Amino acid sequence: MSALVAESRLTRRFEKLKEKNRAALVTFITANDPDPALFRQLLEGLPTAGADIIELGMPFSDPMADGPSVQLSSQRALQAGVSIDDVLGAVADMREWEMDTPVILMGYYNPIYRYGPAEFSEAAANAGVDGVIIVDLPPEEAEELNQHLRANNLHMIFLAAPTTDETRLPRVLDHASGFVYYVAVKGVTGTKSADVSEVSARVAAMRKQTDLPIGVGFGIRTAAQAAEMARFADAVVVGSAIVDIITDGIDKDRRPQPGLAARVLDFVKDLANGVQTARLGGDNETSVKTSTGAGA
Amino acid sequence: MAEARNTYRDGPDDQGHFGLFGGRYVAETLMPLILEVERAYDAARADPSYAQELESFLTTYAGRPSPLYFAERLTERFGGAKVYFKRDELNHTGSHKINNCLGQILLAKRMGKTRIIAETGAGQHGVATATVCARFGLECVVYMGAKDIERQKPNVFRMNLLGADVRAVEKGSATLKEAMNEALRDWVANVDDTYYLIGTAAGPHPYPTMVRDFQSVIGEEVREQMDAVEGRLPDTLVACIGGGSNAIGLFHPFLDDSDVRLIGVEAAGKGIDTGEHAASISGGNPGVLHGNRTFLLQEDGGQIRDAHSISAGLDYPGIGPEHAWLHLQGRVDYVSATDEEALAAFQLCSKLEGIIPALEPSHALSYVGKIAPELPADHLIVINLCGRGDKDVFTVADALGTEVGAGS
Ligand SMILES: Cc1ncc(COP(=O)(O)O)c(C=O)c1O
Repeated sequence: MSALVAESRLTRRFEKLKEKNRAALVTFITANDPDPALFRQLLEGLPTAGADIIELGMPFSDPMADGPSVQLSSQRALQAGVSIDDVLGAVADMREWEMDTPVILMGYYNPIYRYGPAEFSEAAANAGVDGVIIVDLPPEEAEELNQHLRANNLHMIFLAAPTTDETRLPRVLDHASGFVYYVAVKGVTGTKSADVSEVSARVAAMRKQTDLPIGVGFGIRTAAQAAEMARFADAVVVGSAIVDIITDGIDKDRRPQPGLAARVLDFVKDLANGVQTARLGGDNETSVKTSTGAGA
Repeated sequence: MAEARNTYRDGPDDQGHFGLFGGRYVAETLMPLILEVERAYDAARADPSYAQELESFLTTYAGRPSPLYFAERLTERFGGAKVYFKRDELNHTGSHKINNCLGQILLAKRMGKTRIIAETGAGQHGVATATVCARFGLECVVYMGAKDIERQKPNVFRMNLLGADVRAVEKGSATLKEAMNEALRDWVANVDDTYYLIGTAAGPHPYPTMVRDFQSVIGEEVREQMDAVEGRLPDTLVACIGGGSNAIGLFHPFLDDSDVRLIGVEAAGKGIDTGEHAASISGGNPGVLHGNRTFLLQEDGGQIRDAHSISAGLDYPGIGPEHAWLHLQGRVDYVSATDEEALAAFQLCSKLEGIIPALEPSHALSYVGKIAPELPADHLIVINLCGRGDKDVFTVADALGTEVGAGS
């Protein structure tokens, strides 16, 4: 097994949580949704509310793998105006006061391709980003970007899906770094509910083939569901359910109602509580395996 | 410009790349599926019974071969080159789209799929898909932009008659681009039983290649037919470009005949300099969308721009990857025609030839009107008349300020 990125904020965070025998809560919001002010407020509040890893959506005009919730949120962010430099700027500002919480960017390839894979990787590393997930870059097409990410010590996090069969999985794992993101449903974000027993069986099978932490996302909407997944997964990602609170909390002109940021952060606290207590009491034999190369 | 090659017909490579273009830029959930489509297509290609069955349907169901017609009165009007029409508008369902749909539905059947999804712009691909689904008894869902549903009403009704479930897509520009997004989302959510029948030579590998192969029957027939009437190859081939399937189908068999000039006509909408157009080569640059790298209309930041064309079938901000490559190779010339020019050609063809063409090939026709007068009388031009205009009468009436059914 190769350590594609030797040591990082991300590997350290997984190490720490492994010592505490609990999963990471990964929260997804879209940069500048619904406007830069609320987004900054959320970013500031997420670490204390209990987000262990922050995933930021980089909006794209054609989010083909996303359901209605994330589509709406991307659209709002694009209306508010958001460029890659805006996203990186927000991360750089956050790094003035928050050094430990990893930030992962999630998006589609075209904006990065236009920015330049090398330029993007360098700028993202300088801003304090830790990894990226590019939905429409399967391993077959990823090297164009990944070579530059590696050179800048950034993780490229790959998705494994329910359709990724045993023969294909090694191909995904070969390129993966940071953690493996298991897509818990056959579908786009925010539409179906994940089936816990199916997901846990797949995660168990994947553990035989990788030492990387395994995160689970898509279709996890409540603190209870997050807790169930957190019993066996190393990270639990919640996105659409958070974004939906924003959708419900703004007026036609995308103006947030008073108290919206607090409502979002309260929900994150609930999720965090679910994730943090998931393995207390009862069966907690599953735990995070050592991530490759960490501490090397 | 690239150096001259021995052949332009050997692409793509085994990863589906035409040089910089093409590829498989899809979510992991879809990767295993498109690999399965590729394996199934390779197996089908190697199976003579598949080719036989396809040919039989092309002949007895679609009505191939389509005639090569000498457009005498247009030739006279232009006063130069000899203009021929490849009459793919005479196919069953009224356009070239059926060629591809028959090929893919036979593949879907071999793969044991029971549910077919498709995107459509003008509705011609939707109608052709609904038609083959009816014929083979498969469930059919067609995604169509709400704006296109409005401007191509006759086709929506036809799809309904054929038993298809037409789903309106309200997002964004509510045209073909959004319909394709929605179809891809459907596919991700229904991977087990669903086959995505893409209607143009774009999308992730192997679709651009597969659609090209199925449409190449157009160019192969032209080769034989022209030889029969003129005893030689044509000099110039002209086709309109939405995603580029009718064009690549006409061009591909001639790519290595260096004396044959190939011209793709994109939709210039209200004019390239207005920004309201659908000419991805003339007015775009390389990017990644809908599973492939190609020329796209986009902002500097990489957000995709909405296309504009009076013709719903050309109203798409991208182009098939093989065209992007042929453009960089300099083998095909890509030009454009505006809404207004297409409308004029639409009327001219109706009046002089008694053929009401679709708005899409009207773009190609309008460009021929520009070059034909300058060319000698023994210069042979073939236009791919890839669709008939019945579906467009409301749009054209609207543009001309007349009311359909008002009498005159
Ligand atoms: C008659 C006709 N021509 C052309 C097109 C454009 O597609 P393509 O460029 O793939 O031939 C369409 C698409 O709907 C069409 O209906």
